Amino acid sequence: MAKKFFIRPGAMIALVLKTLFQKPATVDYPNKPLPMPEHFRGKLDFMPEKCIGCLLCMKDCPTDAIEIKKLGDKKFEMDIDLGKCIYCGQCVDSCLKKALAITPNFELAQFSHDKLRVVFNAAGSPDGTDQKA
Amino acid sequence: MDFDKTNDKDMQISIGPQHPALKEPTSFSLALRGEKIEAIQVKIGYNHRGIEKGCESRTYIQDMYLLERICGICSHAHSTAYVQAVETIAGLQVPRRALYLRVLIGELERIHSHLLWLGVAGHEIGFDTLLMYTWRDREAIMDLLAELTGNRVNYGINTIGGVRRDLTKEEGERIVKIIDHLAEQTKYYIQLAQEEVTLIQRLSGVGKLPREDALRLGAVGPTARASSITFDVRKDDPYAAYGELDFKAVSADQADVYGRTIVRLGELMEAYSLIKQVVKNLPDGPIAVRAPRKIPAGEALSRYEAPRGEDVHYVKSNGTENPERVKVRAPTLANTQAIAKMLEDRYLADLPIVVAAIDPCFSCTDRAIEVEGRGLMSWEKLRRYSIDWYRAQGVDFRNVKRVI
Amino acid sequence: MLSALFNILIFPGLFFLSFLGTTAEYIDRKLYARFQNRVGPPWFQPVADLIKLFAKSEVIPEEADPVMFRVVPLVALAATVTAFLYIPIWGTEALYYFKGDLIVIIYLLTLPTFTFFLGGWYSRSLYATIGAIRSVTQLFAYEIPLLLAVLAPALLANTWSLSEMTEYYTVHPWYWLFNLVGFGVALIALLGKLERVPFDSPEAETEIVAGSFTEYSGRFLGWFRWAIDVEAVVGASLLAAVFLPFGLSLWPPLVFGLYLLKILFILCLLTLARTVMARLRIDQMIDFCWRILAPVAFFQLIFDLIIKELIL
Repeated sequence: MAKKFFIRPGAMIALVLKTLFQKPATVDYPNKPLPMPEHFRGKLDFMPEKCIGCLLCMKDCPTDAIEIKKLGDKKFEMDIDLGKCIYCGQCVDSCLKKALAITPNFELAQFSHDKLRVVFNAAGSPDGTDQKA
Repeated sequence: MDFDKTNDKDMQISIGPQHPALKEPTSFSLALRGEKIEAIQVKIGYNHRGIEKGCESRTYIQDMYLLERICGICSHAHSTAYVQAVETIAGLQVPRRALYLRVLIGELERIHSHLLWLGVAGHEIGFDTLLMYTWRDREAIMDLLAELTGNRVNYGINTIGGVRRDLTKEEGERIVKIIDHLAEQTKYYIQLAQEEVTLIQRLSGVGKLPREDALRLGAVGPTARASSITFDVRKDDPYAAYGELDFKAVSADQADVYGRTIVRLGELMEAYSLIKQVVKNLPDGPIAVRAPRKIPAGEALSRYEAPRGEDVHYVKSNGTENPERVKVRAPTLANTQAIAKMLEDRYLADLPIVVAAIDPCFSCTDRAIEVEGRGLMSWEKLRRYSIDWYRAQGVDFRNVKRVI
Repeated sequence: MLSALFNILIFPGLFFLSFLGTTAEYIDRKLYARFQNRVGPPWFQPVADLIKLFAKSEVIPEEADPVMFRVVPLVALAATVTAFLYIPIWGTEALYYFKGDLIVIIYLLTLPTFTFFLGGWYSRSLYATIGAIRSVTQLFAYEIPLLLAVLAPALLANTWSLSEMTEYYTVHPWYWLFNLVGFGVALIALLGKLERVPFDSPEAETEIVAGSFTEYSGRFLGWFRWAIDVEAVVGASLLAAVFLPFGLSLWPPLVFGLYLLKILFILCLLTLARTVMARLRIDQMIDFCWRILAPVAFFQLIFDLIIKELIL
């Protein structure tokens, strides 16, 4: 390189002094919301009316997190363990009828392991937060 | 000197398996005379996860996600290496657009890995300011990856036969903007590495690995390239779209930690140029072809230039949905051998930076565990042995309830 | 008797000094964070850390010498607080002074480093032992330049008493400018004394965990942390008194404010130094101190002698 270098201690002084008057890069996360991008792979969403019960999602899930149960004629519910799910989204790709979708919701921590089990069924709330009794 | 031959005058000290200098468990037993290292013994194998065996009982699609999780930093490297091997066996023609997108994500990963390394190196020599700055810059790449692929680390972009997500024009423009900003920052770090005297003092001449030794010990990646071995899989055995792109394999002749720093900084600049080329020349077309669930019998070896060096995956199929054998050689395994050589006649204070300079990823490396003095064991026997071993420690798996 | 107790315990003794010390630590950490584009700790963090340490139970290794392990941290604190009493900080007169108190201050300021050594040595841990040896090795490297640098202004003033020195510089208000090189040397040596980057190899985290303090926990670590906080203020005050003795004949509260500004300036310089440099190896540190720092300090000494003999 043609540029002359001046070997010295404290070569960063100018930059750190400039940084002193800049806003910190830190994000005050839990206090301020930090939305993920639109296509972030977070919690799954299940649309029971579209499901045909082919069980491809169960078959392709790397961690056996999904369980599709047949409730009646053309009625299915999905039981997912968010503690096992690795949020790869393969089930969404595998689903032929687009009955599965991913949401950018990543704030899924719970104090109890039971609460990580989420059941989506036809009677469940539309956002799929219905818990198993 | 042989570690077992050290005498009582030496102080025997262990760095690891748990130690602030190590980000993952591994062990270095040192014999010290004063500050000087007289002998060193490296032990790996603290983090065996049984991934290879796990692959055999999963389908090809499931393995993709399992293998992606070998490493938290170079996850794309492992997933691409595996996918390439499977595609070769199945004889799939991957669309060009998919190959370009693989290069894009691979290079973004290289940037975040090298920036991470630069920060870790700074921290190991007590230069925390460098750590904070590089990790701040790295966040831009992490956010970008989250936007492009859907996750910050385990991107899940690959699928057998192509990639899973397309790139829009607006995203391409955003990438170029962020890359331009990072290029400015990297230029500053390159200048800093050549100007800051304490940095040069701590890096220059430390961890010498002459060319012959690097070849003999099988070093790969930036570790080898800093010893003037211009070997880069991307150049010498091009995969994905690297054959069509213009870049150079960065190398240095210092053969020390300073050289490795220069190589990584140079590779950052190359990565920026590669990404711009990809965004500019991205071909149109589909992003994936349909892959069969059952892969025909065959075997394939796939090489990938991960940020840490050459990553090798070997896959053998038997015509079913599950592979018969998957073998992974992570780059750190190749470089671990060189650590003892690099630390010859060096000081204790050099150990953290020398170990960090190969950019170790010990958890990715641990493929096999050796049970001392028992020779080869069959699977059943090994399983029995591990159950008994844990029982002797007071852990009885018969009473452990399966966690939901 | 009562006023002496007040002086020792409240002002300007232990209490006031601890307040200054924790504030100094806060400023150091906050500034360090802001230099690095971070937010940094809230103002009460150093005090909160100390309270937490004192509330925690302490673990003493079986191999360690139980008496030395406990006593040594207190000695460190006592020595630094005592040294403060001899430093004239606002005005030209220290609380206590006698002929030759400069040597006593430097001696008292050496004690903390020795306690680091003893604490590490009697912990019997390998990391602590290496840290202890590094501490004492480093002591021999920075102590000579520091002594030489402090000696130069003393020679110019022709006295071994710090209070008389400040008086001399008040009578001759601009003479302190002759000693700026010595100030730089002393500042660098102070970095070594406080074991800060680039001279923090005795407690290099990535090499030897926490050096001498590896085995320390709870109350005893608290004493050490307290002593190090106080040591920073005392060191800065010494440098302020020796190298920046200006404005001492003003209105007393103003002089006090000026004193605070002076130590703030010195502390900021120390923080800046640790922000922009990497940690030197112990052999490089000694090399630097003996090859560069000590000759520069000598140069300052000779310079002062020449000025004194030929010009003044």
